[in-house]
Amino acid sequence: MTTTATEHLLTAEGITVRFGGLTALDDVDLRVRPGGVTGLIGPNGAGKTTLFNVLSGVLRPTSGTITWKGAPPSNRRTHHLARAGIARTFQGLNLFPLMTVLDNVAVGADRLARGGPLSLLTGLGRHHRDERELRERAMAALERFGVADTAYRLPGTLPYGVQKQVALARACVGDPELLLLDEPAGGLSGGQIGDLAAQIRELGRDMAVVLVEHHMDLVMEVCDHIVVLNFGRVISTGTPDEVRADPEVTRAYLGTTDDGNE
Amino acid sequence: MSTSATEREQRAPVSGPASTARSPRERWRALPSPLRHLLLAALALVVVTGLLLVTGDLTALRFAAVGYTMLSIAGLQLLVGGSGQVSLGHGAFMMIGAYTMALLVGNLPMLPLSANLVLVVVVATVAGVLVGAATARLHGPYLAGATLILAVGLPGLTHRYHEFLGGSNGLTVRTAGAPPFLQGLLSASEWKALVVWTTVVIGLAVLATVSTGRLGRRMRAIRDDETAAAMSGIPVGATKVVAFVIASAAGGLAGGLQVYVLGTATPSIFTLALSLTLLAALVLGGIGSMWGALWAALAVVYLEIWLSDAVRAFSLSRDVENNLPIVLFGVLLILVLRFQPLGFHGILQRLGARLRSGRH
Repeated sequence: MTTTATEHLLTAEGITVRFGGLTALDDVDLRVRPGGVTGLIGPNGAGKTTLFNVLSGVLRPTSGTITWKGAPPSNRRTHHLARAGIARTFQGLNLFPLMTVLDNVAVGADRLARGGPLSLLTGLGRHHRDERELRERAMAALERFGVADTAYRLPGTLPYGVQKQVALARACVGDPELLLLDEPAGGLSGGQIGDLAAQIRELGRDMAVVLVEHHMDLVMEVCDHIVVLNFGRVISTGTPDEVRADPEVTRAYLGTTDDGNE
Repeated sequence: MSTSATEREQRAPVSGPASTARSPRERWRALPSPLRHLLLAALALVVVTGLLLVTGDLTALRFAAVGYTMLSIAGLQLLVGGSGQVSLGHGAFMMIGAYTMALLVGNLPMLPLSANLVLVVVVATVAGVLVGAATARLHGPYLAGATLILAVGLPGLTHRYHEFLGGSNGLTVRTAGAPPFLQGLLSASEWKALVVWTTVVIGLAVLATVSTGRLGRRMRAIRDDETAAAMSGIPVGATKVVAFVIASAAGGLAGGLQVYVLGTATPSIFTLALSLTLLAALVLGGIGSMWGALWAALAVVYLEIWLSDAVRAFSLSRDVENNLPIVLFGVLLILVLRFQPLGFHGILQRLGARLRSGRH
């Protein structure tokens, strides 16, 4: 939970992603401090999800460097980054449909199990203790997110709001140092978004949170720092107030209608 | 012994009344999973032995056939139901195991059976690693296609290396019956059935331990959503290969046991039809549970016999008589998929749930 010798947990420098002739990201920089909430906003097609996919190792950038805790990650493959402490949620939730909620969350905790390949294959050695600890951790996470009563249900049988909490629990149960949230407010009602804001701020105390979000009220409320993308470029960065006051942002994003300025 | 059984055990405390301090069920669940599954395996062996003593010599070979078929299908279960990879070449790994066994018995007769079985598993594992690593990046139909090639191509090797593998006549070996001190008690086939089932329950205990443990959960996560699994830190490629290798080892061991019982390995046994039958039977028995493998093995061994008997009763022409059982098997499979996609085990589970809710 603490980083030594470097101020930034994650830095991305000069990230460029091209899909054929289309430049989705153009020389994007992003710095994430340990702890705190960073918002990534921009109009549709600005490249927010692409940047997310680069940060989580799903997509390899055409050029640019990423450093994790002061050094380039030893391996850019997704599961290596996850084991190093980067977790994310998905816009479409991507829960495991045929596994119980408890198992869904236990998968998220898997990186904390300490048994080696032999215990994994034979069920001997640490396996029994690992399993008990994973189960307890998963249950504790479900309780923390208020969905412990659904532990033995299948995700598909639950209301969308509950599924979102399960997805959050799965992402947080492994004690990540960086949590990437892809549109956490999508599909939620006004009241639920209020609860979510409190939750995200709470999470930001334990770990660094980066969120992509369309819901402007939520972003302005929870973020310490905001990065605005448009057409694959960073057009503004700063605190919510600074970004709100930036005429460039108003032009690109908020300025089209008056009530969007709120 | 099955994933669903453990899930039911876990679900119980929630649906039932608040659990008391330490129920027998909780104490059972507190045991390490390999120990739990070995105890269940011992219990299963006792049941099988009892059945064997009751039914006698005539059915012993069919019992043995159910045993090794079940082991093979349980391996396929872990691969298809557990990790979501469809293999059409499972019979090829049975063939690798079978021919390894036949060659070992034929050329190194001094080796004891246990050493032969261990070597069979080693050879099948190596074959599984080679094929699994080569196909690790293939998804869905592409993996099925690649393994299909294996199922079609491998039997041909016996003709290519006629001297060594015996061509279409295959290899014939003699395997020993009961040891001298048991000879009055057990016939040769009964002894073989017991040896097969002892090996099978140990193999099943290993498969069940893997399937209900951390590795099994990793596999199911990959089956359900590869991206989310990777984002949870699960090495997707490696886990898929491991699933493939475990399934291959189980298939190989089953093939080795088959040769031990039948005393012969011929290419005509290990055709593509065998691989397809194993997969179809797995669907029929119930995908996603180890019990499904038992129903599937019973279906493979007995259904064809029963269907043949039933067809013969109608005294039809020879051509119809030979092909009708296969047609009926196919019709049954379609009906099950249409009305009961979770197979025979799904039907049992639903009945069990209805009985339990009726009692409350």
